[in-house]
Amino acid sequence: VSIDVLRLTAEEAVRALRAGELSATDLVEAYLERATADRWGSFLALNAEKARARAREIDAMGHKPPLAGIPVAIKDALSTRDLTTTCGSRILEGFRPVYTATCVARLEEAGAIVLGKTNMDEFAMGSSTENSGYQVTRNPWDEERVPGGSSGGSATSVAACQAPWSLGSDTGGSIRQPAALCGIVGMKPTYGAISRYGLVAFASSLDQVGPFARTVRDAALLLSYMVGRDPMDATSLEWAQPIALPEAERLDGLRVGVVPELMGEGIEAGVRSAVEASLAEVERLGGSVVEVSMPSFEHGLACYYLIAPAECSANLARFDGIRYGMRADDAETLLDHYEVTRGRGFGPEVKRRIMLGTFALASGYYDAYYVRAQKVRTLIVRDFERAFGEVDLLASPTSPTVAFRLGERTADPISMYLADVCTIPVSLAGLPAISIPCGLSGGLPVGLQLAGPAFSENRLLDAAHALEQAIGFDAVPPALAGTAG
Amino acid sequence: LSAAVSPWEPVIGLEIHVQLGTRTKMFCGCELSFGDPPNTHTCPVCLAHPGVLPVTNAEAVRLGVLVGLALGCEIAPRAIFHRKNYFYPDLPKAYQISQYDEPLCHDGRFTVLEEDGTERVVRITRAHLEEDAAKLLHLGDSGRRAGAESSVVDFNRGGTPLVEIVTEPDLRSAVEAEVFLRQLRQTFVHLGVSDCNMEEGSLRVDANVSVRPAGSEELGTKTELKNMNSFRFLRLGVEAEIARQIALLGAGERVVQETLHYDPASGALHALRSKEEAHDYRYFPEPDLVPIAPPPQWLDDIRSALPELAIDRRRRWSRAWGLTWEDANVLSETPELAAYFELAADQGEDPKAVANLIRNDLVKIARDRGEEVWQSRVTPRHLAGVVALLRKRTISTSGAKEVLAHVAESGADPAAVVAERGLAQVGADEVRPLLEAVIAANEGQWKELQGGKDKLRGFFVGQVMKASQGRADPGAVGELIEAFLRADPG
Repeated sequence: VSIDVLRLTAEEAVRALRAGELSATDLVEAYLERATADRWGSFLALNAEKARARAREIDAMGHKPPLAGIPVAIKDALSTRDLTTTCGSRILEGFRPVYTATCVARLEEAGAIVLGKTNMDEFAMGSSTENSGYQVTRNPWDEERVPGGSSGGSATSVAACQAPWSLGSDTGGSIRQPAALCGIVGMKPTYGAISRYGLVAFASSLDQVGPFARTVRDAALLLSYMVGRDPMDATSLEWAQPIALPEAERLDGLRVGVVPELMGEGIEAGVRSAVEASLAEVERLGGSVVEVSMPSFEHGLACYYLIAPAECSANLARFDGIRYGMRADDAETLLDHYEVTRGRGFGPEVKRRIMLGTFALASGYYDAYYVRAQKVRTLIVRDFERAFGEVDLLASPTSPTVAFRLGERTADPISMYLADVCTIPVSLAGLPAISIPCGLSGGLPVGLQLAGPAFSENRLLDAAHALEQAIGFDAVPPALAGTAG
Repeated sequence: LSAAVSPWEPVIGLEIHVQLGTRTKMFCGCELSFGDPPNTHTCPVCLAHPGVLPVTNAEAVRLGVLVGLALGCEIAPRAIFHRKNYFYPDLPKAYQISQYDEPLCHDGRFTVLEEDGTERVVRITRAHLEEDAAKLLHLGDSGRRAGAESSVVDFNRGGTPLVEIVTEPDLRSAVEAEVFLRQLRQTFVHLGVSDCNMEEGSLRVDANVSVRPAGSEELGTKTELKNMNSFRFLRLGVEAEIARQIALLGAGERVVQETLHYDPASGALHALRSKEEAHDYRYFPEPDLVPIAPPPQWLDDIRSALPELAIDRRRRWSRAWGLTWEDANVLSETPELAAYFELAADQGEDPKAVANLIRNDLVKIARDRGEEVWQSRVTPRHLAGVVALLRKRTISTSGAKEVLAHVAESGADPAAVVAERGLAQVGADEVRPLLEAVIAANEGQWKELQGGKDKLRGFFVGQVMKASQGRADPGAVGELIEAFLRADPG
């Protein structure tokens, strides 16, 4: 199998599969081979046997399902029946779920084949994938650098051509930021667009599943099979307008707001200039660019680091070793059992956030922290409402920096948290946003974030597609070109 | 001599948990069960597997609204769920989905009919929806957690829909508390929201108890009595706690706020270790669920379809039909019995006589046959027929019992049974010779009766009844004796 097959976009591969020019078996074998030789540490588990069996099944079908047997890599935060789902945590080591997440089941139904489970920061808490309880994941653009996080394994698998596309989850930027750092497309849809049933919860009011792909059209294609109401998720939404494959070439009449608060201090010069070049492209394509101030953004990080830990402190309380997962057998008392099991099973960042959240919800502190954070969240929502009265989309860097070095920020949690400063406000408002690669800085990819009002996915995808074509970013790391054969 | 007035006034409020009679659990599709093998009614959602989400059971909301309306509550236009966080093996998520400061129902009034006919209003603070915990079984001799060899969890009950009702401290005695709970139970059973079976735990009650100097407006320090699993234990537990607090205060000591467990076997109250209840539940809004916002039209429909409440029926029974408090207690024990009575009373006979016949005879006949009254071959129409025969004095009360027993056996019409079995009462013509024969046989006693020894009247009635093989009407016999005495005073 040549690298050419692996470099096909998902859209091209699906077309070839449906035309009979390529068999699902060949495609799955090619990706399995590359996923097995995993020098980036993308995968925690491969679904080799079942993927092969399913590929044979689909190859034998006269009438093929729409996705025709194309593989997909799945973040280990999504429940997959019989296939280990650890969330990157030792506390779920070897855990095999009894059910499959709705979004994964929908893709399987459409003919996608689960290739394997990808590495992540433990319980999606982190921005570098270094908080995984299992392994380090390396950025295909520079193996001494992080891929971003928390969905680092999913981003790497796509950037390194180990999968044509993949699923991640985004709570405060966990799809968009690694997409930016790995030079690929990542999208977080409107909160409620994709069922969360089967997504192991980090912060329930923020978590959303979304696609990683090498093109905007691939991201749209993957998204189109997942959106819509699920009776198992009370917060999921009816999806009136189908996700369309974007075709726009021009941005005539599109009003793009640039957020000065996300273009100044703390943003690397190389990142800023790549984003500014993209804004110039917006104007060249017929759009207009205006500044839109978002004063509440300055409190986004603080607000997020109260709400997300508060929710996680409850969401992660179920990991008690009683019904599944790791269990301390040497505990003497019930309290011991909880303390030893959770003390051993969780890593330091997870413990830090559980403690932060427990504190924020404690009686006597609740009003000062949790309630206040909710008020700030409302201010952020209002800032977006006001902004979208003036412009159609907002543009900013996805990440303030390009990929940083492994170990560079692990000792300083605040510096790690700052990696999500541009993505967090969008999450707090539950809005859709996409990150596309918009250039290089020091040889490393820079991500451009476009955010829109709720349900504006099609418009966002159109704009992102037009810009992607204009920018002409080559999504495969140069070091990999031709090396995968 | 009037009863001594106590210088202390007890003040009691109740917290009641009612399991709602839905088909499935509060937040998942598992069927409710009682007594099935452990862990046979579970799914990833109620076992809190990673990634699962709750979805509110719409039928539980409907039943919750019914409860609220029966309690005279306001139904909130928007109610939300909260997470109540604590670690325990019977709580798989380590939080209970409950309601906190925006409950479904609030500010209600529930009227209790007292035995003396007065009506007491108990204010309802709130009624909210939540999910039940699973069941812990402690293996070993003690059956308790302390000293158990091991503990196992049965998750069948976990996630059962509950409504928690909190009353204001409006009850003033243990008996009032018991009567309140009984009538609350009747109300819910009749509405069909729950079977309210205390033994199976579908109705559970905790009591907040304090005492204060009579006439005082301030509340004393309260204690909380946990989980008394019968009406009687509720009364006995509260009585014991009132006595304990009065003794403490009388001795100049203070009541300590604590949670107590009443042991019905010994009658003792044990303090639960304070460590176990020193919880900070860290309530916060449940982000996985959307608010409950009952549409006004839907609420109106429920309101207008609300069946007659138990209290209104009891009022009707007592005011229009002359039933006693105890009649009403017995006949509203189950909705089926109440419906049976209503049907029988509707046949045109005196409802009080119908009630008496059910209470005095039919209940026992059915029980002896191992069936429920409403399943008996004695239909409401049959029962009314027996009442009619009594009214016409065709049969005596003892005859009625016999007729009912035959009808229960055969399902035949009561009048036919009377004719076939010769159970008709002996008429006045036949009683006269019987009485004359009894007087002839007991001349001495008759003379004493004539001489004023009134006690012997009953003896003669009894002898005539005996001679008639129970078919004479004792009233008629009495009247005839009276006539004989007037005619011949001796």
